[in-house]
Amino acid sequence: MGDHHHGPAKGITRWLFTTNHKDIGTMYLWFSFAMFILGGTFAMIIRAELFQPGMQLVEPGFFNQMTTLHGLVMVFGAIMPSFVGLANWLIPMMIGAPDMALPRMNNWSFWILPPGFLMLASTLFMEGGAPAFGWTFYAPLSTTYAAPSVTFFIFAIHVLGASSIMGSINIIATVMNMRAPGMTYMKMPLFVWTWLITAFLLVAVMPVLAGAVTMMLMDIHFGTSFFSAAGGGDPVLFQHIFWFFGHPEVYIIILPAFGVVSQIIPAFSRKPLFGYASMVYATASIAFLSFIVWAHHMYTVGMPVAGELFFMYATMLIAVPTGVKVFNWITTMWRGALSFETPMLFCIGFLVLFTIGGFTGLMLSIAPVDFQYHDTYFVVAHFHYVMVAGAVFSMTAAVYYWLPKWSGRMYNETMGKVHFWISFIGFNITFFPQHFVGLAGMPRRIPDYALQFADFNMMSSIGAFIYGASQILFLYNVLATIIAGKKVTDEKVWDGAEGLEWTVPTPAPYHTFEVPPKLDPAHAHG
Amino acid sequence: MATTEQAPAGYEKYYVPESSSLAVRATIGLLTTVFGAGLLLNDMTFGEPGAVSSAKWVFIAGLVFFVFTLASWFATAIRENLQGMNSAQLGQSYVLGMFWFIFSEVMFFAAFFGTLFYVRQLAGPWLAGEGEAGRMNDLLWPGFEFTWPPMITPQEAVGGVDSQPIANNGAFLTQDRSMSFADAHHWYQWLPMWNTIILLSSSFTVHVAHTALLNDQRAKFNLWLGITVALGIIFLGLQAAEYHEAYALFGLTLNSGIYGSTFFMLTGFHGFHVAMGMTMLLIQLIRSAKNHHFTATDHFGFEASTWYWHFVDVVWVFLFLFVYIL
Repeated sequence: MGDHHHGPAKGITRWLFTTNHKDIGTMYLWFSFAMFILGGTFAMIIRAELFQPGMQLVEPGFFNQMTTLHGLVMVFGAIMPSFVGLANWLIPMMIGAPDMALPRMNNWSFWILPPGFLMLASTLFMEGGAPAFGWTFYAPLSTTYAAPSVTFFIFAIHVLGASSIMGSINIIATVMNMRAPGMTYMKMPLFVWTWLITAFLLVAVMPVLAGAVTMMLMDIHFGTSFFSAAGGGDPVLFQHIFWFFGHPEVYIIILPAFGVVSQIIPAFSRKPLFGYASMVYATASIAFLSFIVWAHHMYTVGMPVAGELFFMYATMLIAVPTGVKVFNWITTMWRGALSFETPMLFCIGFLVLFTIGGFTGLMLSIAPVDFQYHDTYFVVAHFHYVMVAGAVFSMTAAVYYWLPKWSGRMYNETMGKVHFWISFIGFNITFFPQHFVGLAGMPRRIPDYALQFADFNMMSSIGAFIYGASQILFLYNVLATIIAGKKVTDEKVWDGAEGLEWTVPTPAPYHTFEVPPKLDPAHAHG
Repeated sequence: MATTEQAPAGYEKYYVPESSSLAVRATIGLLTTVFGAGLLLNDMTFGEPGAVSSAKWVFIAGLVFFVFTLASWFATAIRENLQGMNSAQLGQSYVLGMFWFIFSEVMFFAAFFGTLFYVRQLAGPWLAGEGEAGRMNDLLWPGFEFTWPPMITPQEAVGGVDSQPIANNGAFLTQDRSMSFADAHHWYQWLPMWNTIILLSSSFTVHVAHTALLNDQRAKFNLWLGITVALGIIFLGLQAAEYHEAYALFGLTLNSGIYGSTFFMLTGFHGFHVAMGMTMLLIQLIRSAKNHHFTATDHFGFEASTWYWHFVDVVWVFLFLFVYIL
């Protein structure tokens, strides 16, 4: 341990060998941004091909590789690690801990990610091409009919899963064991709460995904028949196992986003969060329900009617706790002293667009009508409203909100606002028309389409290029801030911000809370 | 939130280790191992027969490097503890870490048990034409009847791999005899029963060892821990014998359709976990016998290993029930 008051080591070994939660958080955030750009590039190729009907730029097989890798890279490479990075930076500072509970394992869970993704991306250059079976990798497309590169895909999933499990165990141990005296569970900032519940979901479902890909591996290489009816197995079994992981997975992505929004909206409303306790219970309810709704992804697969009904009603129930959250955020803003800095703009954008995504989700939950929507662009529009406008918008808000605390420098507010408006407009031009083509029957994951969808697809592509380009502005703004932004020294960068992380100096020193802070007992929660 | 940097009474400083190369070394080991494993498997399945490749050396080099790194990682943690760096709070972090690690293992096995239940209760009957979902039976698998253990695969029911109406993805031939109790000739020749007795006893012996440690009886602790390790080795030996019996005498292989798939997946991963747990306990035994590690109040390495051991025992009870008996 030695002396705690020295700064970071110099050179590359600082990053390779670090055990510091802030360093590791920074690496997670930059890595996830790199993956965001990579996955975004794949998306641009998809939208360029779909700009006009007919085949223009890429082969159909390559198009399928692009849709597959876009999904995998965005879910496992961009969104999940970005929130883990945020957790690393913020959870110890929010609960008054000196670091994460298990610092060396923390470093390991980051460092297996980049080579894991390198292995996944290298499949693009292998014989037979990269995985082309969609990010859901349904058997038998991913077993009987897959290219040999699927083996490396499987091991990449194992590695990413191991990273997630270790990261989650660390977060659980940190939250349960490292809180400053007086920081009871019901005083924790909501971001910490949502991450605790997310980490529990991850530890519960990532091993199930590992089991699924292991069975694929056995079917491909060792002649088992888990997903082959000829031997008495069932390809539909794959879908059940995948979605038993996959549905909690979408809440793994969105719950930390809820946490971020629950920190930022009160700050710019200058009011405490409305209904703190109900927010905690709503988060827990959503997590519980996430385990019993998975088959709503597979209504058309041929399930017994009793199954369809059960999963339909269970899914609809999720709207209740989610509604509680949305109303609480709105009520927090009600009669607040609102101001609209960039983080707040992204949170309000989140609130509006996530609610739209929630409502289309409610539409999709209705089993009889889902037969029309299933595997159409309506589904694509739905999940991009919750993944991009939900998770990515809130992540962007988080970066703008905490960047001054991390770097000690203020970003360019005008550029931030421009980034928001271009993102907001570009996003809606991209995905709103997809509702219409989807309802009219355009299937997803097909490189060509019927002529009547041409105009809306051209709009979508233009919007996608706008949204993509706006990320370069974001990158520029962040880099310019870190290198030459206006210095800030106030501990509380935002006058309405609450929580322990705003009590440490700005920029946050390399080590914080080596001695636990003493909490003000009168304070309800952060 | 008003704060003052003030230590409450009784506060111990949390041990945050200095920067360490362990994580990067473990990453190199792990990724080389899985990359080598991928090359190895692809050579086996898709490669030219008889072609020479260096895949297995990549795999072996990665694995050796990984195992040595983990060993030095644990050695570091043990050394830190012996030097008194660890606070009670860090001990609690290790407890939580181990608990949630075991929970993740439970969920890993849940995937395979779920598979077994799904196949036996739903997919199997549907393939044989039962209910609404079985309407395609006449077209796809006419003549297939479902029992457990299965007497025939759907493929065999329609006359083999060339007669099946959907893509051929291998030949699946049912075993001559299953491993379940119903197929055993004599109860005393039935290995799973002996394995159950062995594993349940080993949970008891490891508990006796733990009690001895709590009472500062080093010799008794070593003896009973040694017995536990020996029982683990006997279990693995009997399982190897069972696998040999399955392959050589019963015609039960990984290619025996869903029965062989679930049987080997569940018992195989369980056996692998027994091997892991046995290794963990063996290391604790060496630590105690050779280096006199562990005291009545400080023995987390041993205690965590026993939790793991009880966990593989509980998994076995479920295996015994659902794979062998019911």
